[in-house]
Amino acid sequence: MRAKLKAIPISAWLGLTIVTLNLLVFVFGPMLAPYGMNEIVGAPFDPPSAQFWFGLDQNGRDMFSRLLAGAQMSIGVSLAASLISFSIGIPLGFVAALFGGWVDTVLSRIVDTVMCIPVLISALVVLQALGSSVPVLIFTIALLDSTRVFRLARVVAQGISVLEYAETARLRGESLGWLITREILPNALPPLIAEFGMRFCFTFLFVAGLSFLGLGIQPPFADWGGMVKDNQQAILYGLYAPLFPAAAIALLTIGVNLVVDWLLNSGAAVQGADR
Amino acid sequence: MIKLILKRVALGILTLLLVSALIFAGTQLLPGDVASAILGQNATPESLAALRQDLGLDLPAWQRYLTWLHGFVTGDLGMSLANRQPVADLLWPRFGNTMALAAYAALVSVPIAVLLGLAAAVRRGGMFDRGINIVALAFVSLPEYFLGLLLILFLSVQFNLLPSLADTYSGMSFGDWLRATTLPALTLVLVTVAQMMRMTRTAVLSVMDQAYVETAFLKGLRTKRVVLRHALPNAAAPIVNVVAFNIAYLITGVVLVEAIFNYNGLGRFMVDAVAKRDLPLVQAAAMVFGAAYVILNSIADIAAIALNPRLRHPR
Repeated sequence: MRAKLKAIPISAWLGLTIVTLNLLVFVFGPMLAPYGMNEIVGAPFDPPSAQFWFGLDQNGRDMFSRLLAGAQMSIGVSLAASLISFSIGIPLGFVAALFGGWVDTVLSRIVDTVMCIPVLISALVVLQALGSSVPVLIFTIALLDSTRVFRLARVVAQGISVLEYAETARLRGESLGWLITREILPNALPPLIAEFGMRFCFTFLFVAGLSFLGLGIQPPFADWGGMVKDNQQAILYGLYAPLFPAAAIALLTIGVNLVVDWLLNSGAAVQGADR
Repeated sequence: MIKLILKRVALGILTLLLVSALIFAGTQLLPGDVASAILGQNATPESLAALRQDLGLDLPAWQRYLTWLHGFVTGDLGMSLANRQPVADLLWPRFGNTMALAAYAALVSVPIAVLLGLAAAVRRGGMFDRGINIVALAFVSLPEYFLGLLLILFLSVQFNLLPSLADTYSGMSFGDWLRATTLPALTLVLVTVAQMMRMTRTAVLSVMDQAYVETAFLKGLRTKRVVLRHALPNAAAPIVNVVAFNIAYLITGVVLVEAIFNYNGLGRFMVDAVAKRDLPLVQAAAMVFGAAYVILNSIADIAAIALNPRLRHPR
């Protein structure tokens, strides 16, 4: 165990620390915030001070408190979307790989067509029709993203299902459920976990981007992308206000990327897994 | 080879049709319809029925889809709901602006990224390779608005070198246009170079690992000759794919960048239309973006076929 911990490179430790800190803020953020997220405590764009660490925003609200409280929405929505995306993409990908034939053809063609349209454009079309709300955001992003998960799950399962032990289980007459849960899933887990990190990064940046465009998470909820948008004008006066939430977004993305990089390099990668 | 290319063109047209059907289906998700959206609170059953007939909403969905598709192919994109102007008049000039910005960014980033990727692959594991990989990893993680805001803060607010807003108008001189669009283009360049460089490096390395390249080295050829004459012709096709992937990314990455710099392009236009829930505008803009994406990918595939030495000289 000790040797294993020592084998973790510094970059991965850095990534793990960043991710852990963000998860703590995600869980306890609103409790730690010194002020309410919509509480006006001073003049707009007051610079950082001992009392207000990151200064005040365009309405005179405490930036630090809003960052802590905003983690709930920024991280929560993307985490929920990634989890749903995986619970749709993995079973369908496994089924397509194991069944083959017309099931595989139909599912793969649908996924190919959806992937022909840039994700942002598809999301904008859905948001135009349904309007922006948290459930719509989560399910739209989850459905669009599950196409990528499907592709990876399918390739990984195809690779495993031709190996001897999977072949043996099939010849033993095990059911599809057994094959998926006992043979494929345990062996497909390492690349899928690394992929989860990548997909989370993507959805996290995506949600923040939509909020930055004003089409993501709506007030009164605080979220990091929306905070960049709200305070954007301050940069023209040389104020750093919008850089704090933007840096928070960048930091978490870098952290997850460092962890994923380490997972991929430590042998979790599967050959031929495209994205 | 001609047969392969024709096949790819046919596939591209089929994809375009599927994409248009999907976009049309997506815009029909709304529980109500366009008529109730236009009339809003003032809707009476009679006025709704009249407007529905007027807009052809009483027809079945597949018939409306064909009408829309026919209009799109013949250049009639319908009327905007918000200001009752023809969508085509609003959309095409902005599409031109977006393509100009994307082209500017691509012209700068593609040569830089390909050269850096090649250099990193040739010196695999060296200081240059490791250093540039760390920098690239950092840049890949940074959101467009973070880079954009930093560029504004340093280049336009503190040193006053470039304007912070990309104000463009028709009839402005090329020099003024370049000045106005350099910051947004630079943001796009920074985001895409890192990604493209990493992918180019991987593509070249997978060729460099093959036996014939090792043979060339063992024959005693110089590195330069091995890379340029032996490895590059086979790496060209994957590199073209990498470039196309990133130019396709540029088309949507431009949406965020246009919002940062207030650039009058199709991306910002579409976002505004989504906020106003202007269905014909969103439909048309989505189709134009989707078509640009599909066409670019088809061109890349055709270029890859044309560049593949094995397909060019069939036995």
